[in-house]
Amino acid sequence: MRNVKTGWRRGCLLLGTGVLLAVGITACGSSGGSNTLVLYNGQHTETTDALVSAFEHKTGIEVSVRTNDEDVLADQIVQEGANSPADLIFTENSPALEYLQGKNLLAPVDASTLSMVSSKDNSPDGDWVGVSARVSVLVYNTTMLRPSQLPTSVLALAQPQWKGELAIAPSETDFQPIVSAVAKAYGEQAALKWLEGIKTNGLSHEYADNETITSSVNSGQAEIGIINQYYWYRLRAESGSAAMHSAIAFFTPRDPGYVEDISGAAILKSTHHLRQAQEFLAFIVSKQGQEIIAQADSFEYPLFPGVAAADGQPPLASLQPYPITVAELGDGSFPVSLMTKVGLVT
Amino acid sequence: MTAAALGTAPVAVAERSRHRFPWALSTTTVLVVGGLLVPLSFLVFEATQVGWRQIWSILDQATVASLLWNTIRLAVAVTILCAVIGTGAAWLTERTALPGRRAWAVLLVLPLVIPDFVVAWSWSSIFPSVHGYFGAVLVMTLGLYPLVYLPMAAAFRSADPGQEEAARGLGLSRIAVWLRISVRQARSTLLGSSLLVCLALLAEYGAFENLRYQTFTTAIFTELEIGFATAAACALSLVLVGLSILALLGEAVFREHGRLQRSGPQVARGARRHRLGRATPLALLAAALLAGLGLGFPVAIVAYWMVQGGASTLPATVSVAGAAGYSALYSGVGALIATVLALPVTLLAARRPARWTAALERSTFVVQALPGLVIALALVYFVERYMTFVYQSPELLVVAYSMMFFPLAIVAVRSSVARAPEALEEIGRSLGAGPMMVRLRVTLPLVAPGLAAAFCLVFLSGVTELTATLLLVPNNVQTLATQFWSFTENVSYGAAAPYAATMIAMSIVPGYLLSRWFDRRTIHAAPVGTAVGGPS
Repeated sequence: MRNVKTGWRRGCLLLGTGVLLAVGITACGSSGGSNTLVLYNGQHTETTDALVSAFEHKTGIEVSVRTNDEDVLADQIVQEGANSPADLIFTENSPALEYLQGKNLLAPVDASTLSMVSSKDNSPDGDWVGVSARVSVLVYNTTMLRPSQLPTSVLALAQPQWKGELAIAPSETDFQPIVSAVAKAYGEQAALKWLEGIKTNGLSHEYADNETITSSVNSGQAEIGIINQYYWYRLRAESGSAAMHSAIAFFTPRDPGYVEDISGAAILKSTHHLRQAQEFLAFIVSKQGQEIIAQADSFEYPLFPGVAAADGQPPLASLQPYPITVAELGDGSFPVSLMTKVGLVT
Repeated sequence: MTAAALGTAPVAVAERSRHRFPWALSTTTVLVVGGLLVPLSFLVFEATQVGWRQIWSILDQATVASLLWNTIRLAVAVTILCAVIGTGAAWLTERTALPGRRAWAVLLVLPLVIPDFVVAWSWSSIFPSVHGYFGAVLVMTLGLYPLVYLPMAAAFRSADPGQEEAARGLGLSRIAVWLRISVRQARSTLLGSSLLVCLALLAEYGAFENLRYQTFTTAIFTELEIGFATAAACALSLVLVGLSILALLGEAVFREHGRLQRSGPQVARGARRHRLGRATPLALLAAALLAGLGLGFPVAIVAYWMVQGGASTLPATVSVAGAAGYSALYSGVGALIATVLALPVTLLAARRPARWTAALERSTFVVQALPGLVIALALVYFVERYMTFVYQSPELLVVAYSMMFFPLAIVAVRSSVARAPEALEEIGRSLGAGPMMVRLRVTLPLVAPGLAAAFCLVFLSGVTELTATLLLVPNNVQTLATQFWSFTENVSYGAAAPYAATMIAMSIVPGYLLSRWFDRRTIHAAPVGTAVGGPS
């Protein structure tokens, strides 16, 4: 009997230990030390990973990253409110940050950090700092189109000749600044009419993201699309020059399709690690941080003067984008409302 | 222990222990059921907070109508196709003299271990024209027919050949016998497995996102993306849950409680296999086509992209080995919890047959009406509000897995518990062992195969799970499924392929073990049939 009883006890002990061990191991899987910064990352991981590991190496502060689309993360922060585990948010475009700023959820960025970046590329209220830039361009299939056949203005893409040939990703936040620019240049009514045309023309090639636009134009499924320039450079880096059957082209200078977007980062008011979070922002706009961006596979433009973008892209200063400010790009709700009106997004 | 001992068990001891109220079992069961009801309760609570009128107004009628239309026309087509293909294939391997039927039996089940979002990607990455309704029907039929094939094969195997022989004797043609006897004998299995196909379809997200086909799950994800919107996501989730409940009710209404017993003594007698004769090449061709499209094609495409390789500028958050580790860890712990907790629930129902114990056991099937996305969503909102300390933690993901796949664990464990005769436990007690001892030394070895099957089922489902994992994955972590997903979203197919291959490799062993286990089971006319988890 005694033997049997110890057997049972041992069994229980074994099972208990097993479960505890399992739970323990699971717990180790999470990286949630109290001194770890939590970064909600809406930027491409190409950029973020390199920055984070350099920062961890330099300061010894660990950063735990949660990656998703910037608009999802922004809304998640709004929903989480004061409970948000996030200390920082890093986005591809300014509207997501302006949206959080409007909800009064961002903490002011150190003045010394803001001063590293031209004030036009920062939050008008000093609540986020610009980190890198990207510019919207045409991508076209070089076996299907000659450069002379390309439209010079984004307005032309709504014309019937592009029906079934245009690839679009209207739900991607990168598209919103172009809509804002068109509305600013030609008025709301013209912008709606333009969106109708874009919707008709892009119906058969409506994708979830710019990566798919780029690859489908490159493979000849669609003739032409609008993307931010670096997607094309990334595809070229991935598949090699020999596999490229596409090229990018700028619109006419100051055309509303030619928009420079600012990627930025901010600290949440709810953070318990304000000092470390400020350190992170200071690092990513420092010369070292900006050089990492320049060398990373993301092919974005660093904002630091004198640090050139990778792969022989024309210098940022030489670009002639449509004049629209960060404040005018706003929090993204206006372009989304226009797209909702024509049924381009739901 | 010999059979002779059965008769001599001292009744008094057994009686005493039988009449003691099973506090431990009951408490555990009530806690488990309570836990399983959290997601649905939270959804309903949330809807009440927002206001039903408000919820109704959120549900834009045109959108809901188009989602309903998309969902229903897909469900009808895929369910019918799966039923026809699954039944036909099961008939071929079980009741005909198809050459190589042992091998076919394995090859035809294996598509089950390939997640549907991988199947979808394998088609769309090669043929971009495979998308929309046509693509969804093709992919989902190929991905889900094993859910019909597996139970139907078991049903054909265990069916009583006497009735068929009698019908033949009465002059019915072969086809008439097939339709009126063989298929009818297995009708409750067919209905149950069609229900599984329906539920899996309603829960699927990854494949539809990949094929650009709008259903409720993709719409709920979109709502989450535009605004992390609780109210709208909850509203759509409730409609989705409503559809699942309708499917469950429909199955319950149409299920006939027909005679499934054997006509003669309870001794299994295998049916004579039909000779195929000149139809043999045709049958072989059909089997090869099905296995080729369902298993060969996706595996070949994964291999193709692996060979193609191709660098991705997108860095893998975790390596293949790291992701495999996380997948195994989370699915393993989830499977362990589900299996361990399924035991008391089924034991209570089996050993204390009463209305309340049956009701408790049945109520665990409520989660079957909740697609993984909905469970994940409810858990995220729930802990974000009330249990912030587990928010974005691996524990939450593990709990979600054990909740989502709990019905699978129940089905597997129950069939074993039913086969562990209580008389043996009583003998144990009569020999002086305490009730816990008996559980450990007598019951546990008897139900061990069922526990192993439950573990395999939940593990397999966890490894191939995408939807809920996307929502619940902890920071800095990627599982095989989520890392695969981010690579495919980035159009980095070469980089994505090794993750898919590892996922398939990891689930093939439990999948194979399960198909063997199923081989030895006869079919219970349980409310949900014999569930095998389709990846959602």
